[in-house]
Amino acid sequence: MEHTDPFAGERLKLSPFHARQAPMNLRDAWSSWNSYKFADYYYDAQYEYFCIRNTCGTYDICPMQKYEIRGADALAMLNRMVTRDVAKLKLDRVTYCCWCTDEGRMIDDGTIFRLGDDHYMLTCGSPCLAWLRQSALGFTELTVRDISEERAGLSLQGPTACAVLKAMGLAAIEQLKPFGILHFDFRGDTLMVSRTGFSGDLGYELWIDRSLALDLWDALYSAGEHHGIHPYGEAATNMARLEAGFIMPAMEFNEALKTVNFQLDQTPFELNLGWLVDFRKPHFNGRSALLRERDKGPKYTLVKLDIEGNKPANDAILYADRRCKGEIGYVTSAMWSPAAKANIALAMVRTKYLAGDIFAEIYYPKELRPYRKVARCTVRDKPFWAPARTRQTPAPDR
Amino acid sequence: MDRYDTIIVGAGHNGLICAAYLARHGQRVLLVEAADAAGGLASTREFHPGFHVAAAHTVYQFSPQIAKELELAKHGYADSGKPLSTIGLDPEGNHVAITAEGVSGVDAEDADRYRRYRAELETFRDALAPFWMKRMPGIGGNSAQELLTFAQLGLRLRRLGREDMLEFFRVATLPMRDLLDENFANDRLKAALSWDGIIGGRLAPRSPNQSVLMLLYRLCGEHGGQHVVPQAGIRGLIDALVAAATGAGAQLRLGAAVKQILVEGDESGLRATGVELASGERIAADRVVSSADPQRTFLELVGTRHLEIGFSNRIRRLRCEGYVAKLHLALAEEPRFRGLEQADGRMIIAPDLDAIEFAFDDAKYGQCSSDPVMEIVIPSLREPALAPPGQHLLSAHVMYVPARLKGGWTADAREALTSRLLDELERYAPGLRKLVLHAELLTPADLETLHGVTGGHWHHTEFAIDQLLMMRPTYEAAQYATPIPGLFLCGAGSHPGGGLSGAPGHNAARVILS
Repeated sequence: MEHTDPFAGERLKLSPFHARQAPMNLRDAWSSWNSYKFADYYYDAQYEYFCIRNTCGTYDICPMQKYEIRGADALAMLNRMVTRDVAKLKLDRVTYCCWCTDEGRMIDDGTIFRLGDDHYMLTCGSPCLAWLRQSALGFTELTVRDISEERAGLSLQGPTACAVLKAMGLAAIEQLKPFGILHFDFRGDTLMVSRTGFSGDLGYELWIDRSLALDLWDALYSAGEHHGIHPYGEAATNMARLEAGFIMPAMEFNEALKTVNFQLDQTPFELNLGWLVDFRKPHFNGRSALLRERDKGPKYTLVKLDIEGNKPANDAILYADRRCKGEIGYVTSAMWSPAAKANIALAMVRTKYLAGDIFAEIYYPKELRPYRKVARCTVRDKPFWAPARTRQTPAPDR
Repeated sequence: MDRYDTIIVGAGHNGLICAAYLARHGQRVLLVEAADAAGGLASTREFHPGFHVAAAHTVYQFSPQIAKELELAKHGYADSGKPLSTIGLDPEGNHVAITAEGVSGVDAEDADRYRRYRAELETFRDALAPFWMKRMPGIGGNSAQELLTFAQLGLRLRRLGREDMLEFFRVATLPMRDLLDENFANDRLKAALSWDGIIGGRLAPRSPNQSVLMLLYRLCGEHGGQHVVPQAGIRGLIDALVAAATGAGAQLRLGAAVKQILVEGDESGLRATGVELASGERIAADRVVSSADPQRTFLELVGTRHLEIGFSNRIRRLRCEGYVAKLHLALAEEPRFRGLEQADGRMIIAPDLDAIEFAFDDAKYGQCSSDPVMEIVIPSLREPALAPPGQHLLSAHVMYVPARLKGGWTADAREALTSRLLDELERYAPGLRKLVLHAELLTPADLETLHGVTGGHWHHTEFAIDQLLMMRPTYEAAQYATPIPGLFLCGAGSHPGGGLSGAPGHNAARVILS
């Protein structure tokens, strides 16, 4: 008798790289992302983090959402949807962008790849097809296709990333500029490489048809054998991105379409992403609301904090004085940064209090018992991790 | 290139009224109209040699304030004269008649209840009346004017007294059926009284939502909800509005269909700058006011690329399907209805509320009812010039007829419906078929083609609680201004709605001039 799985629809999907990643996940530390089985870490998050900072690591971005947007109206539709001017995006270039509701509240951030005259790829962390459909209303020369399942993506990040790709035989890869795209023949198909990533370090993202995912993995790991290549999971990527000052949904911002309480989402100005909002464009979604927000000034501003001591300030509430009277903000992400040797955090602070003293009320455990401390915070403008190689072309070997 | 202060898209009555007010305040105004005659759904056209009719065959709520302010009397709009009585037709001639004085053809209890029913509705109508001619406050808007309007509404309802106020909140969104079942026993009376609460919308007697509110809206005009044919006909009203607008200096261009509303943008944002006609001609203006329906205005003439994404999709979701068809009969002589001395009323064929409900049920699923219900007027009895001497025309609103009929509006489908309607009429007016020189059936799809109104909907978009007042047609465009600077709405899709009241055109002009 044939056995049918009553929970078939509930089971997590497996990434095209799963066959290689699963045996390496020594701790079976799986969580999920967009209904894919996804590694939180493989063996030890700290170790994986050090691979990103000292050698290189791979991060599975198959669960990331990928949309192919084509047609004569593709540019007009994208340019109306996102706050940045996509008309400036040249062929084989990538741009970081965000998009907002009519009220200027941030729905998500992501990247747009320009792959042809009327051909773009949009990537983002959460499913966005419903919003794309709404955004497509009235644009007739347009097709929007979800290619998340058919395109495999693998991020390769760290100082030796370029050396690995060179060893794999990708000619002139070191000449690829940040946010540039190159195409290579790979097993009779095309391997697309973009110099992009989420680590704040030198890094690339590799895009290929899912049928060739394991071949790509093998070629990459064979080339990287002596360059310290290692897979890393969500925990290590979260450490790296925090040092780089990158925001995460559900941590720094609440996706506006999923926010239940009115205005507990954020605007790009609150998230310090005002530089993504191009008011020289006559129209884009949320423009009027964002213009008002710019002129009025955001109520909160996301800042990088350097906090005294070494106790991570997770979930800490911020005050303007040491006695903790009157809240002025809250920490969104925090960690001890091994690279910066600093106690760092991202925090939302009431804009008018930014110039004054900021204190974090931190609770930390010692042998199961919680302790409290109040630590002075200093606002930092620069990312905690931003090595020169991230921007250098040709990219160095390490 | 000529430059105007304001270009108004569509010379229906609201476009004309808006133009007249703006021109009287010294603006250079151009009205562009796709058809060869002004008036929109109220324009009078020849449907058979010598026979003329307008889609709107009576007036019942035209604003006396507008008539006075625009001095329509000077332009030949005389007061309407005697109201038409509403007659619930009976095949045997035992009709129910509703007039300003009361009802006849029912028992004493119903007749007595009618007086109280009418008085109660008039109390509610009077409480609401000032708000049809006002710009509605924006949601979240806290200006003194907006708060004042809210306060006035609250105060007027409170002034009804505790019991009437509670009763108002109870009945305002009742289905017509509940209200009528509470009050009356006579089926034909109930069906006839429900008519003005539901016609023109996607509503039947059992539909929840706002049919009582619709009825109150229709009671608010010059005639207290009584239907009239103005002395010079619907044509006389439109001619007077044209004269008022052009007399004040507005220019009217007929046969000038608008292809798009021009929107230009720079670093300071977007702005409506004029229109492009179907001919390719571009005309510039400081602002554009559209009396076209919201879907046509935003989705076709402006284009979503100039609009916000959420807003565009709210406009897309507006309910704009009309369910009223129009039957026009050219008749060799005056028709005789059994039991009526003269067919000089507004006659309703709907034996009971169920008959209306069942007709709606068919249309909901894309079919034509086998037992349609209808409202009949013989306009030539009031305005003989509509037909050749001695001859007459019959005009009927037929419910419920879907714009998108299953299988499409083929010649066979039209023929079948026309024939069914003639059979039904014959039951009440024996011999009528023989008088018919020509029959014209206009489905909602035809009304859309003929008058450029989406779905052929009388009110441009459903008159429903989610699309009313400060939600009409949707927030961000409910105060006549739109998200695009320089673009305004002034048609039936704006507060308070359609029905030849003229209020949207008047209110839009007030906002533009403020």
